[in-house]
Amino acid sequence: MRLLSHNMLSSNIKGVTNGFPLRIEAEKVVVKQVDLNVRFLKNMFPKIEWKALVEASRTMGYAELPEEVEPSKLDSRDFLQKFHHALLELVLEEGALVCPETGRRFPVSKGIPNMLLHEDEV
Amino acid sequence: MSPRTAQIRLVSSHREVYEPCDDSFALVDALLADQANLLRHQPKLCLELGCGSGYVITSLALILGKEGHYIATDINPHAVRVTQETLEAHGVHAELINTNIASGLETRLAGLVDVIVVNPPYVPTPEDEVGREGIASAWAGGENGRAVIDKILPVADNLLSEKGWLYMVTLSENNPSEICLQMREKGYASRILVQRLTDEESLQIIKFWRDFDSQLEEKEMAENKTVPSRVMESLLSQFPRMPFLRGNNSNSS
Repeated sequence: MRLLSHNMLSSNIKGVTNGFPLRIEAEKVVVKQVDLNVRFLKNMFPKIEWKALVEASRTMGYAELPEEVEPSKLDSRDFLQKFHHALLELVLEEGALVCPETGRRFPVSKGIPNMLLHEDEV
Repeated sequence: MSPRTAQIRLVSSHREVYEPCDDSFALVDALLADQANLLRHQPKLCLELGCGSGYVITSLALILGKEGHYIATDINPHAVRVTQETLEAHGVHAELINTNIASGLETRLAGLVDVIVVNPPYVPTPEDEVGREGIASAWAGGENGRAVIDKILPVADNLLSEKGWLYMVTLSENNPSEICLQMREKGYASRILVQRLTDEESLQIIKFWRDFDSQLEEKEMAENKTVPSRVMESLLSQFPRMPFLRGNNSNSS
């Protein structure tokens, strides 16, 4: 699971109102190289919850993203490279995503999060 | 037509995962028929709901190239694994999520998806077969095969971007003209890209897109409580041709 997916996932448990961002428990993180696509990054940037990405990438062992960011940063190649790395190249291979409200763990195994709910959570 | 998509290999399988069949092939044929439009469309985010073996999302990624980002979901944990292996074997990537339709994605992904592809469980079955675990989730569609389709349509509407397109497989028993009319009421135009008669099934691949004219009609319908006659004519004109296509594999338009 890339952090772009993490940035798009919320806790889906019935009744949870504050399900984003899911806290990451990282057991195994791998880095998979992806071609840099500036247009994609510029398109996605406004849709990204920045603080969630900063926090998630830190949990995955990457602390290079600035806390605060403004769109003018997108003109910097250095920034784009860091944004790209955090968003698309850091992969949570094993671990869990934890609902911030209930503490319910959604396991991530072989890179795939399991968001299936139990009957009493739907 | 991309020669690579014709070479999708079934590198992985599982007794609980639906293998690509006529319905999957018809959907990929529709995507290929629409390839030029898709390439011009430049979708950033593409999503498959119910990826099964991975045949369709792998084909889409090969058709569109590495420009976009792909996400695929399935309720069946074996299916997402098989999809991952199919993608890897063809050198493409999609983010996989083991979930029911798009549960967990609906808040943050709302309005961001440019292309959704769905081959839903469309087979009419008793209602109690819907939502069972394993391979049954790939086909069991409840009454008229509509139980899951009717859940997918509002989710797709929520996730699609302003320029978003939805490609969906339907069976004649699903009453596709009614589906198109329902989507018309949500502001979508529709078109059948492929119609196919197999030994057992009469399939349609329908493309939906947000349409300014139909949004005006939506207002008109709300005000008059009736469907404008031109809408009905345009919808109905697409459907009664089916019997003449027997033996003729597909009709791309």
